[in-house]
Amino acid sequence: MSRRVRQSLFIVSALALFGVLISAAREMPAFGHFYGAYGELLNRETVYERHVTDVVTAVNFDWRGIDTLGEESILFLAVIGATLLLRRQASEAGKSNNDDSRDDENKTRNVPLPSAATRVATLGLVGPLVVFGLYIVTHGHLTPGGGFQGGVVLATAPLLVYLAGDLKTFKKIISHVLVEAGEALGVGGFLLLGLPGMIIGGAYLRNVLAQGTTGNLFSGGMIPLINLCTGMAVAAGLISVIYAFLEHTLELRLQGKK
Amino acid sequence: MVVLQMTILLFVGITGTAVVFTRDPVRQVVGLSFYGIILGLLFFILQAPDVALSQITIGAVALPLMFMLCLAKVRRDSEQRKRQGKSAPRREAA
Repeated sequence: MSRRVRQSLFIVSALALFGVLISAAREMPAFGHFYGAYGELLNRETVYERHVTDVVTAVNFDWRGIDTLGEESILFLAVIGATLLLRRQASEAGKSNNDDSRDDENKTRNVPLPSAATRVATLGLVGPLVVFGLYIVTHGHLTPGGGFQGGVVLATAPLLVYLAGDLKTFKKIISHVLVEAGEALGVGGFLLLGLPGMIIGGAYLRNVLAQGTTGNLFSGGMIPLINLCTGMAVAAGLISVIYAFLEHTLELRLQGKK
Repeated sequence: MVVLQMTILLFVGITGTAVVFTRDPVRQVVGLSFYGIILGLLFFILQAPDVALSQITIGAVALPLMFMLCLAKVRRDSEQRKRQGKSAPRREAA
């Protein structure tokens, strides 16, 4: 296909897409107006039905809990796939030890250590970030946030250690057995938390625990527990992916430092 | 409020276009990170703090990090291949 044919084909289809988009946009509800019956119903009833003040979390972990379980399984499978693809192959292992010229090159290319000010600032932020992540996970049913958001925040905490140039500690944190255990426990815990509802005689993931007082930390029945599991799974999953990506680079940097 | 929303929407458009038109991948990743923050602000302004939280951490930190790591790996692999390509003829000559 010549360049001119391709261009004319592109222009025709782009114009058609533009027309369709314009006609679709004309039919859309006005900006900021919402016509969903379910949204209004959930906004009205959730606080009384589930004793939870964050309706989004209630929707995610109670009203449509199985969908969220599916989402978390997607994340879990993605993490497994990424770590499997990026694992160190037998042909790669020990290559850097034999090839001396490559080692030298990596030593010269070694990134200089960050300044003392950067180290202090970033390492000082690790604690607050961990606390903030835990807060978002545990208060998911009270304030905006929840397992997914808090888990992501928790996973970025070790990255600060990396930015501070403390590679050994960073490697110790992210290659820890606890990360893998956290991933397994998070996803498995979510799966298991659905069973009591079935045993008592309702549906899978039915909210069977006492719901407590609205606004308390221990309220909302199973929602905070599922949140905790999700937070653990998301944080551990993201850390495993980062580890899979960084493994090779990190080895070389650590060798260059010796 | 409407003015604020319009401003942020405009910024989203500008930064998004800038990311598309940046040719150097490393610069593009930095732009992408900036775009992630602006998009998080838009979600926050449109009263979706849940989404804004994950957008800021994923869009501004995790996604650029993944891209940076991929770029570093690709660059090292291609350098290695180049070096092997150079050393191979020398071995033949010897």
